Amino acid sequence: MSQKTYTKAINEALHEAMQLDSSVICYGLGVTDPKAIFGTTANLENKFGAERVFDMPTSENAMTGVAIGAALNGIKSVMTHQRLDFFLLAMDQIVNGAAKWHYMYGGQSSIPITIRLIIGRGWGQGPTHSQNLQAWFAHIPGLKVVMPTSPEDAKGMLLASIFDPNPVIFLEHRWLHNTLGEVPEGDIRVPLGKAKIVKVGTDITLVTMSYMTIETLHAANYLEEKGIMCEVIDLRTIKPLDWNTIMNSVTKTGRLLALDSGFTTGSVSGEVVARVAMEKFSILKSAPSRLAMPDVPEPTSPALTKGFYVRAANIAEKVMNMFGRNTSDVKKDLPEPSPHDVPGEWFKGPF
Amino acid sequence: MVEEEISRRYPEGKMRCPVHLSSGQESIPAAFALSIKKDDFAVSTHRGHAHYLSKGGNLNAMIAEIYGKSTGCSKGKGGSMHLIDRNVNFMGTSAIVGNSIPVGVGLALSIKLKDTDQISCIFLGDGAVEEGVFYESVNFAAVRKLPVIFICENNLYSVYSPLSVRQPKGRSIAKMVEGMGIEMSIGNDSDILSNQKLMEKAVSNVRSGDGPHFLEFPTYRWREHCGHNFDNDIGYRSQEEFLEWQAKDPLSLLEKKLSKDSIDLSKKLLSIKESIDSEVLAAFEFAEASPFPDQLEAYEGVYAEEETQ
Repeated sequence: MSQKTYTKAINEALHEAMQLDSSVICYGLGVTDPKAIFGTTANLENKFGAERVFDMPTSENAMTGVAIGAALNGIKSVMTHQRLDFFLLAMDQIVNGAAKWHYMYGGQSSIPITIRLIIGRGWGQGPTHSQNLQAWFAHIPGLKVVMPTSPEDAKGMLLASIFDPNPVIFLEHRWLHNTLGEVPEGDIRVPLGKAKIVKVGTDITLVTMSYMTIETLHAANYLEEKGIMCEVIDLRTIKPLDWNTIMNSVTKTGRLLALDSGFTTGSVSGEVVARVAMEKFSILKSAPSRLAMPDVPEPTSPALTKGFYVRAANIAEKVMNMFGRNTSDVKKDLPEPSPHDVPGEWFKGPF
Repeated sequence: MVEEEISRRYPEGKMRCPVHLSSGQESIPAAFALSIKKDDFAVSTHRGHAHYLSKGGNLNAMIAEIYGKSTGCSKGKGGSMHLIDRNVNFMGTSAIVGNSIPVGVGLALSIKLKDTDQISCIFLGDGAVEEGVFYESVNFAAVRKLPVIFICENNLYSVYSPLSVRQPKGRSIAKMVEGMGIEMSIGNDSDILSNQKLMEKAVSNVRSGDGPHFLEFPTYRWREHCGHNFDNDIGYRSQEEFLEWQAKDPLSLLEKKLSKDSIDLSKKLLSIKESIDSEVLAAFEFAEASPFPDQLEAYEGVYAEEETQ
């Protein structure tokens, strides 16, 4: 099977969904512009026409309400924002409206809308282009929150989101867009609400999500060389969260480190630690722990983001501490890449 | 008459949710009822009882909803501020000012995508015009020339805050909206028949593809913002102002005119009123007799299992 990028996988899912169901429409600022949202919406307008694929006014809140109204008459909207942070203008419509519509009207109307939000990092994205607010959205009853890591999951879960009868917040980390993976052709749906064990291990459970899964896997491979076998769980769906997979793994390993790309306080990782501590306290071999981003806005200057992110080295150190191991070589073995503020050579900005 | 019966019974404490009564503002939905088709869509606001009924919404289900019963139009999960009757395409109301406006515009977009001859109708108040989402919604409706009609009931107050502290003196809401590139009409504060003509014309223009239309009607809420009392004594508006508006109430004026014109009509009015009275009483009996939802239903229906249209 050929290797495809995450962006190509997203693009394939959109083509597939629009081909399968003529009630699927796709809109957002820049969806039809020459850059086509980093290529994710390429050729959609050519193929499906301007009625179903369109650019929109800079009106995030109203355009979310438009998706709700259209959904009430059977239209499935996929709305895209180039950065999650712009979508904060739409909190009324998504929180007071979309999330509650089905419940609030006694189950008479479903709201099948998908909101694609892209999370930035590095290259000076700064305080308002880099927020990982999965915990915010997960806090709201009625929303589903999806955060795939691999290209295959990106395609399969976007298809599942579009055809889910509920509002789904679909979070794409910008640093994943150029990652490569095998992506099957056609209508491949990956069910929402199921985590994936991406590395099997026996000594400790590492629960992670989205781009943080990449750093966690680097750390897990390093720890394997040191004789610590990590089980890595990629959550994939933040809400509803797959507690069975986590609890089964912790039952096996007796240890937990929860990773998070969001701010520490009120994070998904905090929820994971809390639930595991409550349900598995008697079998835990050490105190459960977590690593998330500091409660600080992401700064802009590359000088200020040095050492700022949670990376493989931080994860490896944390795990080794939990096992009482010496961590003096970890930073040397897993140095911060230079430059540290891009995911790879391909990323030349501006965003 | 529905609202007045709610007012009479509200102090009993059995309707345990906020109610924003339409008393004084009924002539606008009354004109609306005669101007639209059953399959046209409508959305409304926290003050939505009259809109729901004017679209043909089921009265029993509305009263039961206010009583929090399982037979309520939202099964007790929405209350007075979340009314729905999908049988007549009344799609919802919202407790948040301006919240349902883009939803109505989205319905209009779906009409265009499906190429039917329906229209989408959005009720709003003068306060919603101060929300950003109103401008966003009107703008998109104008850009896409959507089949949507905005019906603004300007009752002069947002809760207790008068227009004078909220909008510049002398600026007309409708004229401002016209500046955004859509057609508008301004209704009359006392003549329901001329308002109905205005409404019919606007509906017909929108239906024939002329693009969105904004209608503004001057009106007055008789009772307090939320609840069953009169509140002219608390200091934000005067008894004189209230009496002035009551004297030009379009429904009372029409009733007087019709009764004066003919004894037959007068008798007919009386019998219509009697029949409505018994319908209203029956609705309250239905609501009182209906069971409450099971306590465990609170935890159900957060997510849809399948698409429901």
